[in-house]
Amino acid sequence: MRRPLLLSCLCALAALVGTHCRPQPHNAAPRTQPDEITVSAAVSLKDAFSEIGRRYEARTGTRVNFNFGASGVLQKQIEQGAPVDVFASAGAKQMDALAAQHLILPDARADFARNQLVLIMPRSQMNGAHPSLSAWLAQPALYRLAIGNPQTVPAGEYARQLLTTMKLWEQMQPRLVLAEDVRQVLDYVAREEVDAGLVYLSDVAPTDQTVFVAATAPTGSHDPIRYPIAVVKDSRHEQAARGFVAAVLSLDGQMVLQQYNFISVLMREDNGSPQNSRLRAQ
Amino acid sequence: MIWPALKVSLLVVSCATALTAALGLALAFLLARRNFRGKELLDAVLTMPLVLPPTVTGYYLILLLGRRGLFGAPLYSWTGWTLTFTWPAAVCAATVVALPLMLKTSRAAIESVEPKYELASYTLGKGELATFLRVTLPLARRGILAGIVLSAARALGEFGATLMIAGNIPGRTQTMPLAIYEAVLSGDDRRAQLLAAILTLISVTALYLTNRLSRTSGAYAA
Repeated sequence: MRRPLLLSCLCALAALVGTHCRPQPHNAAPRTQPDEITVSAAVSLKDAFSEIGRRYEARTGTRVNFNFGASGVLQKQIEQGAPVDVFASAGAKQMDALAAQHLILPDARADFARNQLVLIMPRSQMNGAHPSLSAWLAQPALYRLAIGNPQTVPAGEYARQLLTTMKLWEQMQPRLVLAEDVRQVLDYVAREEVDAGLVYLSDVAPTDQTVFVAATAPTGSHDPIRYPIAVVKDSRHEQAARGFVAAVLSLDGQMVLQQYNFISVLMREDNGSPQNSRLRAQ
Repeated sequence: MIWPALKVSLLVVSCATALTAALGLALAFLLARRNFRGKELLDAVLTMPLVLPPTVTGYYLILLLGRRGLFGAPLYSWTGWTLTFTWPAAVCAATVVALPLMLKTSRAAIESVEPKYELASYTLGKGELATFLRVTLPLARRGILAGIVLSAARALGEFGATLMIAGNIPGRTQTMPLAIYEAVLSGDDRRAQLLAAILTLISVTALYLTNRLSRTSGAYAA
């Protein structure tokens, strides 16, 4: 009775390997005409980049494979020679580290988007008054504030800078809840486990029914949040890779990024976010 | 949206389980029945992935097998092929992480077989391989089967090491756990819940069926 089961399992496995391997010959010779590139991008860019990638594919016929992950992991993979053509990081730190090791093409590096740090609160608090960010953070009624772990999460590092600028970092210590990624901060706030959180504007979906943007960090309260993109030096498809970077920087690409709440590099530095200028603090 | 990740997962788990079972069984026999220098050290090294955070295991794998890695570099200069970002890399990660479970359970199972049965087989003129296949293996079957089930379950849930060396490329190396991770981080809660529900259903069904199967076959062996 067990033999047939084993046999059918093996057959299923063989079929699976068969179907998975069949398309390989197409991909195995990417150097001939239909090019194919691999783009390693911070997972926070997923929606915007998938859209830009679709448009780029439609326009050029080059296939774009995405590898989404935490910027630090993507950096390590490139350091160890992973076959990546383009790297888009959520922080300059990771890109600088690769540049220092000469692993990216310096002339094919550019900042492609900016972001803003915002204070988010649960929807249930939406009807209250909105004082300035500093007044709000300093008030004793605020018990817990969630931020990303400054050691590992770029948004957490900017949150630390903001709190330090406001001279609140020391006294806020007992009230801080450190999260391992931005999504966790959003979750804590949405579930009202904390009273507020600090995340990027682009992390709050326009359709979000659980949290709202209560205030925006003032310009100059933390380093500018910039997203760098570059062609990886070992890329075997440099032309296509440069083409993708150009597509991200193009007006079309910038409009897609704006649509997902990133701030286009085509906009002036001191311009507020398109939708929340009313709520800006101070 | 779901089938590509499920397909990669099934492929990776099948290959990794087969590899883990074969490799784990050979190593377990070696560790249980042979004496050689560095035996316990070998066991400890192979058990490391059970203790290390999977991301660290993945980092070690990338140091060994990456394009600039200890073994990866010669492979690359020789064949022009690199393991990183391919589905065999995911198989590698799942195998390394699942191997300790196979090794520990089957070593214990083989060690618990009375040597006198094996000796009896030798005196009746059977060689080592024949004795292993026809005496030791059937007697240790339940423990070995448990090892295979645990390995498969571990391989199915493998995430950290896979993300490191195989990347997260949809349709190629994105397994179910990676698809869940991506869906959660990009705020696609409904997709995450659906994927998680499917993964849970598969795991529970597989574990339940093997439990049933091993109980009947255990009765048959006894």
